Amino acid sequence: MAATDQIDVSTAMKQQESRGNTGEKTGEKTGLPAVAVENLRQSFGSQKVLNGITLTVSRGETLAVLGRSGTGKSVLLRIIIGLQKPDSGSVRIQGEDIAGFSLDQMGEIRKKMGFLFQHAALYDSLTVEQNVAFPLQHHRKMSKSERSDRVRALLAEVGMESHLDKMPADISGGMQKRVGLARALILEPDILLLDEPTAGLDPISSGEIDDLVLKLQHEHHMASIVVTHDLHSAKTIADRVALLNEGNVVIAGSFEDLQKSDIEFVREFLKHS
Amino acid sequence: MIDHAATGVDAPVSQPAKTFIDSPLGFAKNTINKTLEWFGDLGIFFWHVVRAAVTPPYEFRELFRQLDEIGSKSLPLVALAGAATGVVLSLEARYSLTRFGAKSLLPAAIVFSVIHETGPIISGLVVSGRVGAGIGAELASMKVTEQIDAIEASAVNPYRLLAATRILACILALPLLTLAGDACGVLMGWVTQAMVEPLSLHQFINSGFKGANFNDFLPPTFKTAVFGLIIGLIACFQGMRTQGGAAGVGRAATNSVVLSSLFVILADVVLVKIIIVFFP
Repeated sequence: MAATDQIDVSTAMKQQESRGNTGEKTGEKTGLPAVAVENLRQSFGSQKVLNGITLTVSRGETLAVLGRSGTGKSVLLRIIIGLQKPDSGSVRIQGEDIAGFSLDQMGEIRKKMGFLFQHAALYDSLTVEQNVAFPLQHHRKMSKSERSDRVRALLAEVGMESHLDKMPADISGGMQKRVGLARALILEPDILLLDEPTAGLDPISSGEIDDLVLKLQHEHHMASIVVTHDLHSAKTIADRVALLNEGNVVIAGSFEDLQKSDIEFVREFLKHS
Repeated sequence: MIDHAATGVDAPVSQPAKTFIDSPLGFAKNTINKTLEWFGDLGIFFWHVVRAAVTPPYEFRELFRQLDEIGSKSLPLVALAGAATGVVLSLEARYSLTRFGAKSLLPAAIVFSVIHETGPIISGLVVSGRVGAGIGAELASMKVTEQIDAIEASAVNPYRLLAATRILACILALPLLTLAGDACGVLMGWVTQAMVEPLSLHQFINSGFKGANFNDFLPPTFKTAVFGLIIGLIACFQGMRTQGGAAGVGRAATNSVVLSSLFVILADVVLVKIIIVFFP
């Protein structure tokens, strides 16, 4: 596949149809992509981090964003969820341009999104159960027992049901990622953003996280963007990959497209991964 | 401000800061710019907090938790500081007033000193030390570990949940803590007097509060609500704009205490003048 910064939306839509999605949620009804990023630019001082990135991700599709450290992969996710404002370009979430949204307006958009931070970013003063319950407490009116049941069910899904009362400092990095994933999923988001979900984990834990993401992806049919260095992980969980270098998308397509590419940077990246 | 640790992007190489010896003019210009920028950012932060505080949903549970954390847990320290102030005032005033033959004014001197100035300012400074450092370090630690970003990503307004609740708790708790500090100061002032010569508490209070009215009592007590605003605002601001890992957390805690104490003292100067003018 030739170098491009535009990902083929129709391929994604076909994949989505083949997964048998019901098409009930916003965005899909109208055929709009879940996330559409257009000509995104971001600089820090004289350093250009994103140099006109254009990407779209549809519901039920997983896009892995690969690239060297410091190429702006995490910045891209932070811009998509509105934690950072881009210098220029647009981000549309289910067709809504989030530019100029206030914090509270952005809050409504964020309820449709789940974000797993690179270091999980669990609230260190709350237990595992309270961490996962946090978004529910703020956004869903339900009884304490209903909330507890839902949190416990989700923690069971990620294999953390026996660590409910532990503090984040008392569990391993892999377990923190699982709890972070449960917290990201508790509001049943349409869009899931994962920042290095397997970074710093041993191969077995990485594999477990990958399997978990795949399983949840299959069950919840979300649009997912996964930022990762881990080529094996990207191959396992993603429908498509986009490789970034110096603020541009070098190649975007299937994992096979990546492997067949004769672009120098792609070959170099694959060789060292 | 860009959080380079969170974005994973290296910070651009910046010019080393000008020192006073290298270039006095450049140093002065740089300092003025940074000071103006700090006040500008503080103003924007305050605006965000006010907007978040007056619009629903209201975070009552967190507010009560903070009232306990800031109010109840500061009470022993403020009471102790108030009591110590009462003892010192009593000893010093006795010595001075006896020299000038005005020993009978001793209870009034202690009561007026405590409720007018020493009680409020001591409470303000004690809370700025304890609470300023606590809030600054807690929020800074949350910031550098991306917990504040996680709150925002969970569609919860961090200005509402973290800043507004803490600032409001400081505003509400300070006058109450001051009352407690005043009471301990007056009580220990009496105890110190009673140890030297017999004097009942009833006599001490009657004599001390003779001629006192609400203007002597309410404005100085309620001015501490302004101290609470200053302490909460500066500590939250310093904490939530922190950068740079453990060193940044340390800096935020130190700056919170230093700046909030400094601004409490400066605000006291202005407030005393205002109280004298409007509540003669």
